[in-house]
Amino acid sequence: MEVEAAKLIGAGIAAIPLAGAGVGLGLIFGNFLAGAFRNPSAAAANQQTMLLAFALTEFTGLLGFVIAMIILYAF
Amino acid sequence: MILPYSGAAKGRDQMIDAAIASFRALNPYAAGPMEQFEVLPIVPLTLGNIDVSFTNSSLWMVIGVGLIIAFFFAATSKRALIPGRLQSAAEILHEFVANLVRDTIGHDGKKFFPYVFTLFIFILVANYIGLIPSIPGSAHQFHVFTTTSHIIVTFALALLTIAIVVVYGFAKNGLKFLRLFAPSGLPLWLMPILVPIEVISFLSRPISLGVRLFANMLAGHIILKLFAMFVIMLLGAPAAFKALSIFPFLGSVAIFFLELLVAALQAYVFAILTCIYLSDAAHAADH
Amino acid sequence: MLTSIALFAAETAEAAEKAGLPQLNATSWPSQLFWLALTFGVLYFLMSTYFLPRIGAALEERRDRIADDLDKAAEGRRLAEETEAAYNRSLGEARARANVIAAETRDEVGAEIAGLQKEAEARLAEKSDAAEARISAMRASAATKVRDAATDTTRAIVEALIKESPVDAVVSAAVAKATGKV
Repeated sequence: MEVEAAKLIGAGIAAIPLAGAGVGLGLIFGNFLAGAFRNPSAAAANQQTMLLAFALTEFTGLLGFVIAMIILYAF
Repeated sequence: MILPYSGAAKGRDQMIDAAIASFRALNPYAAGPMEQFEVLPIVPLTLGNIDVSFTNSSLWMVIGVGLIIAFFFAATSKRALIPGRLQSAAEILHEFVANLVRDTIGHDGKKFFPYVFTLFIFILVANYIGLIPSIPGSAHQFHVFTTTSHIIVTFALALLTIAIVVVYGFAKNGLKFLRLFAPSGLPLWLMPILVPIEVISFLSRPISLGVRLFANMLAGHIILKLFAMFVIMLLGAPAAFKALSIFPFLGSVAIFFLELLVAALQAYVFAILTCIYLSDAAHAADH
Repeated sequence: MLTSIALFAAETAEAAEKAGLPQLNATSWPSQLFWLALTFGVLYFLMSTYFLPRIGAALEERRDRIADDLDKAAEGRRLAEETEAAYNRSLGEARARANVIAAETRDEVGAEIAGLQKEAEARLAEKSDAAEARISAMRASAATKVRDAATDTTRAIVEALIKESPVDAVVSAAVAKATGKV
């Protein structure tokens, strides 16, 4: 197999983690909203934690993106 | 690189060539989504035998810091009892970060407030500056540059934070700072497993902190650039395709708004994670 | 269109291959680190020594001023409450005094009336006593006169019957006996 083609395939595979990150982000925002509707007065206090969880989860997806970039450009 | 295509599509290839040519004509330097991240020297400088040229990255760092200083200078010049618009904005920023530091670190956080504030405002302004479109036709080294899209910059800021955490942690708690790696109430036989995990988790903090910001900026700008490129490519295509250019255009507008959110959010996340790590250092002995 | 995108991607990849990922080009790192340290250091220095203390001081000043004003307002309110209490107190006092005066006046007038009444009653009693005395005197004199007349009549009857003048003492005794029987 050509290295060039393998690179492109590898970069594509490295983008798969985005699916997991998407599911995770959905869970975070969905659960936050469910909780916020149940107890709106406590929502503001937990917003910071929610954003933090968002950042941490998003990072897993971005790692996939970074790996794709590295595969494409760094080698 | 040679792509396999049939000779029958020769006419179409000419159209594609025309599209790329028109794209190049609009922006002769922007050949790809990575071009925007290139660091180009403006004024060559050396310090000893280290190359510290004034580059486009330096230019936008200086512009960002200059804007921040100008803003705060204007905002604090009057120091009125009833604040004007600028002073109100500065005070809201001050209170926002002060609350963040107070809530996360507690009483010990006061001495870190200037650091967290500087970090937050520096990253925030750098992220937002990167979203300003370049002046069309300007030279490549004067294109708008996102300083936080470079891993060395974000990693340096992350390392600085972790260095402060380590130094402050040992200064405040002495060797008890190491308790951070051995949570209390842990059965002894679990220690050999959990302590290395905690150490690795601690060591990965600067990496995740730096890479998060870098990757967010990189991904956002690449996607923006790709969408913008699709618009120009389709505009250069035959009339039937020209109309389609509205879709990548709307996409780029949507991505731009997402990036406006991400720019602020990443600055906030960087600041809050810094606060959490500092809080760990401040309260390591209590664990 | 797909071909064009593929071709473009290829062109992009080709262009990038020359440079690689610009972020991983280590030759620019010293310069970036140097300028980052410089700009971030300057910003930190200005923030920590000038801007943030100034904003903090302005906020503090405002907080103090608001607290001051609140204190002043509380003081004013306290004063108002005090004044009101004093007013109520003096009002109560005045009312009490008025009550006392009214009671005193009532008592005085009552005493005066009582005195006058007593005086009048005394005068009346005096008059009625005098009248009673007069009546009893009259009654007594009338009784004496009746007895004298009876004695005289008795004597005259006895004289006429026995042609002899009876002894006065006997006559009067008889009359007394007779009148005492009546």
